[in-house]
Amino acid sequence: MDALSSGCTVKMGEGQNPLEAMADSTFSASDVLSDLPNDLLGEPPSAVFGDPLSNISKQESTSNPAKQSSKLPSDVPCDIFDPLHGTGMEPKDDGKNASLIDIVINPVTSAKDNLPVDDLLSQPEIDIPAKTKTEQPAELRSEERPKDEPLSVASSKPKKDLFEDSPEDLFSELPKTKAKTKPQMDLFGDSSPDLFMDAKAAADTGPGRNAPADLFSEESVATTTSKSAKSNISANSIVTANSKANGVHSDEEEQDIFAEATVELSLDSPHNNRKTLDTTKPSEPASSLSAAAGSSKAQAKTLEELEEEESEDKFELNISITNPEKVGDGMNAYMAYKVSTQTTLPMFRSKTFTVRRRFSDFLGLYEKLSEKHSQNGYIVPPPPEKSLLGMTKVKVGKDDPSSGEFVERRRASLERYLQRVVCHPSLLQDPDVREFLEREELPRAVNTQALSGAGFLKMINKATDAVSKMTIKMNESDVWFEEKLQEVESEDQQLRKLHAVVDSLVSHRKELSVNTAVFAKSVAMLGSSEDNTALSRALSQLAELEDKIEQLHQEQAGNDFFVFTELLADYIRLLGAVRGSFDQRMKSWQRWQDAQTTLQKKREAEAKLLWANKPDKLQQAKDEIAEWEGKVTQYEREFERVSATVRKEVIRFEKEKARDFKKQIIKYLESLLQSQQQLIKYWEAFLPEAKAIA
Amino acid sequence: MMPRAVNVDLQTDGTLQVDISDALSERDKVKFTVHTKSTLPSFKQNEFSVVRQHEEFIWLHDSFVENEEYAGYIIPPAPPRPDFDASREKLQKLGEGEGSMTKEEFTKMKQELEAEYLAIFKKTVAMHEVFLCRVAAHPVLRKDLNFHVFLEYNQDLSVRGKNKKEKLEDFFKNVVKSADGVLVAGVKDVDDFFEHEKTFLLEYHNRVKDASAKSDRMIRSHKSAADDINRIASTLYTLGTQDSTDVCKFFLKVSELFEKTRKIEARVAADEDLKLADLLKYYLRESQAAKDLLYRRGRALVDYENANKALDKARAKNKDVLQAETTQQICCQKFEKISESAKQELIDFKTRRVAAFRKNLVELAELELKHAKGNLQLLQSCLGVLKGDT
Repeated sequence: MDALSSGCTVKMGEGQNPLEAMADSTFSASDVLSDLPNDLLGEPPSAVFGDPLSNISKQESTSNPAKQSSKLPSDVPCDIFDPLHGTGMEPKDDGKNASLIDIVINPVTSAKDNLPVDDLLSQPEIDIPAKTKTEQPAELRSEERPKDEPLSVASSKPKKDLFEDSPEDLFSELPKTKAKTKPQMDLFGDSSPDLFMDAKAAADTGPGRNAPADLFSEESVATTTSKSAKSNISANSIVTANSKANGVHSDEEEQDIFAEATVELSLDSPHNNRKTLDTTKPSEPASSLSAAAGSSKAQAKTLEELEEEESEDKFELNISITNPEKVGDGMNAYMAYKVSTQTTLPMFRSKTFTVRRRFSDFLGLYEKLSEKHSQNGYIVPPPPEKSLLGMTKVKVGKDDPSSGEFVERRRASLERYLQRVVCHPSLLQDPDVREFLEREELPRAVNTQALSGAGFLKMINKATDAVSKMTIKMNESDVWFEEKLQEVESEDQQLRKLHAVVDSLVSHRKELSVNTAVFAKSVAMLGSSEDNTALSRALSQLAELEDKIEQLHQEQAGNDFFVFTELLADYIRLLGAVRGSFDQRMKSWQRWQDAQTTLQKKREAEAKLLWANKPDKLQQAKDEIAEWEGKVTQYEREFERVSATVRKEVIRFEKEKARDFKKQIIKYLESLLQSQQQLIKYWEAFLPEAKAIA
Repeated sequence: MMPRAVNVDLQTDGTLQVDISDALSERDKVKFTVHTKSTLPSFKQNEFSVVRQHEEFIWLHDSFVENEEYAGYIIPPAPPRPDFDASREKLQKLGEGEGSMTKEEFTKMKQELEAEYLAIFKKTVAMHEVFLCRVAAHPVLRKDLNFHVFLEYNQDLSVRGKNKKEKLEDFFKNVVKSADGVLVAGVKDVDDFFEHEKTFLLEYHNRVKDASAKSDRMIRSHKSAADDINRIASTLYTLGTQDSTDVCKFFLKVSELFEKTRKIEARVAADEDLKLADLLKYYLRESQAAKDLLYRRGRALVDYENANKALDKARAKNKDVLQAETTQQICCQKFEKISESAKQELIDFKTRRVAAFRKNLVELAELELKHAKGNLQLLQSCLGVLKGDT
């Protein structure tokens, strides 16, 4: 159960509605530190609540599993989640992520049978305070103080509004403090990953070690306050102020902290992030709060470092697709594939398991993943496209070699597709992936009929979208993205060209194979009519030799195709996905810009009202300005978050691409080498025959 | 001096050596410099060169065919017409498409086509040389006066290409000949040797024709594959220079490898063309020439038999007996003369053929081995570097 839940938690972090997750995680860390109440309230809580709690549970469940089930104070979860209904539920209006919300909310609100989650949720409340109550973070406090104080006035008001679900009120207070606090927010936004690694590392090292007080303090800040706010964290005046009112805020604090953490942690496989974090910890103590302040480069670097370490440690997960089997007859027939998984990952129920899946299931998986993750800037590996012609052949034809080749080609590309999905540390955590691999019967994917044909089109549209967006001329502040996009586009062009040429090589090689076979036959006939015995014999040997060479060409054509062409086809599709992620970033940017424009308009309207001296409407205008200021901030952070993800994903993608290309091309060259070796063998055997002609 | 494509000759006593020392490709014709070294007293000098064109080769060939004296010999097949049209067309197309490709691509393509042109040119020269060598090695034909004029006369022979009327005449002659050939072939030969040769050559010719066509197709697709590898190399090069990641070095290395292997691959195709396809093509023509010899003999046999019948009739009627006797005598002599030399010619043909196949197949195998080993070495060293890199 532990294993499962720990797998679960990270997954939930990634599995949330991508939009919300983005938004949440963007502000979360900085909020913790800067204590901006507007964000806390304005956010759809489903994801916010989901992550941190589960994440805590993970920490706890791994560090002290024994305690877990025994302590379950019923009042704590209530405290946490009651406000959830009041404030949190409503803002969230799109029900896309129903399943996730269920997981998170159900245990608390309706006490459904989701016990493990219950445990997990309640657990941290007890453990963390117990451990950390005494250790107060001198460092942290001092760091946070400067920016917290100016806000404290503002935050004291929202605690009433909180329950009325009126974030506008909150925002109305903000303008005064915002200007001042913003730079600091940025500062902390950047440094947050480091902070978190530290926190996490410390949490993992557990109470056994003289755990750094400052790290735990973060949790304690949140958790202790949630209980009764008896803690004396004077620095976090807002936190305490809010949490005193109802405990919601403290809760959200905590969630925000961990929401951030989840995103970062999910980069790593569940079992190696601890190591990663441990290793990074000594170099970056809590002081990194200030140290990492400033440039976004520092953040990118950390990401790359994380990435580096991750790539060394491969997942203990092997997936193979075998036994393609035709199910049914006629036009309703389809191919079912055996998907076998071998894993040591604790998130799975067993070490080996197999399921049967059909092509549309794979498409369905992509659709689900894409819907959830691509908006966040993730590069979701695209599945092979549907081939009506190929499948029709399979349906109609019996044992046509071309349909056999089609099935093998599809099997191989589905296998590669799935391997790419599970290789992606974030996607691996998605419940749909696990379900796909594990669950016996998958609900029939319905809308893939549309997807298969149109899905590819959609991908192309995405790409053209990106191009059209470029013409809008995004005021690109980050040269890195501009250059990368250009690189990706020209690479796409080159890969397409290369694909066409290699494809032509495949067909010429096949043609050569056929022509060699025909020539072999012809030489055999010539040999049979030759009346010189030795020459006749040599000619028939030559015919045999050509027959063998024909086989070689055929095999090589197969290697040309399966090793080289398919690799290129995969990467042409993947580059489409990469462009899609750039496009998402562009969209996010657009939204931010639009919000800014709207805010500008609202301000102008307010100025007019002031001038016209209409105090009755002035308040509403002010509210609206506050609302839009909040949105601008939020969208800006979303944009930054998406940018960070895209950057991270592209770096990851390039690493994987380099690895794939090297591996495949070496494999390809080895196949060439082998055919040359065979060729030498064949001709060496023939040479004495030729010499024997007399 | 260019290597001989197909060596089909046996004796080289050194008294008469002919080669084509140089050739010049002009707009639509090729000028061959025919170089002769000889100790034969009929020549004024020991060593001399003349410039000849394809049409003059054809004239020489036709003069052999038309000479009744040579009816009992296999007339060395005429060299095929130089055909640069396809290659020229490609070059022209390249010029048109100059704007649509990069400078490197253009240069590369141009080099390719020039190499192709050169290859066709060399082949053409080789085919013409083979013809002259065959004649020079032939015990009877080497003494032919026309041949000597061809070799020695340092002016234009002012032979012209056949005009339309002559071509039409040739065509009808061929129709009559092949119809007659069917008729003649249907006659059962009294001589087992010739009966055997007849059936053999009939089948052999068809099969060698087939093999020649099939080898051409095989080599053509081999060349296409080599071209593809070439294009893969240049695309990989572009990728390698574009990419900023560490894959770029990798791409460049692979591009470099393909650039080399495609050259080898193209050499493989070219050598197969030279050693295999050209050999088959030559024997397609030579077996036709041997068939023609059998046809002439068959014709003579039919004439002889008809003369016998006519003589019998004349004797029975006791009318024009002397004339019939004379005709019968002439036919008999002709037939016997043809039969006598034809037997030796066919035996020689076989000996030459076996030797030529041996030589070419051995060379082919050696070249194939050389290229495959070259490829293997390139692949091995490249893989070594790449694996060391990763």
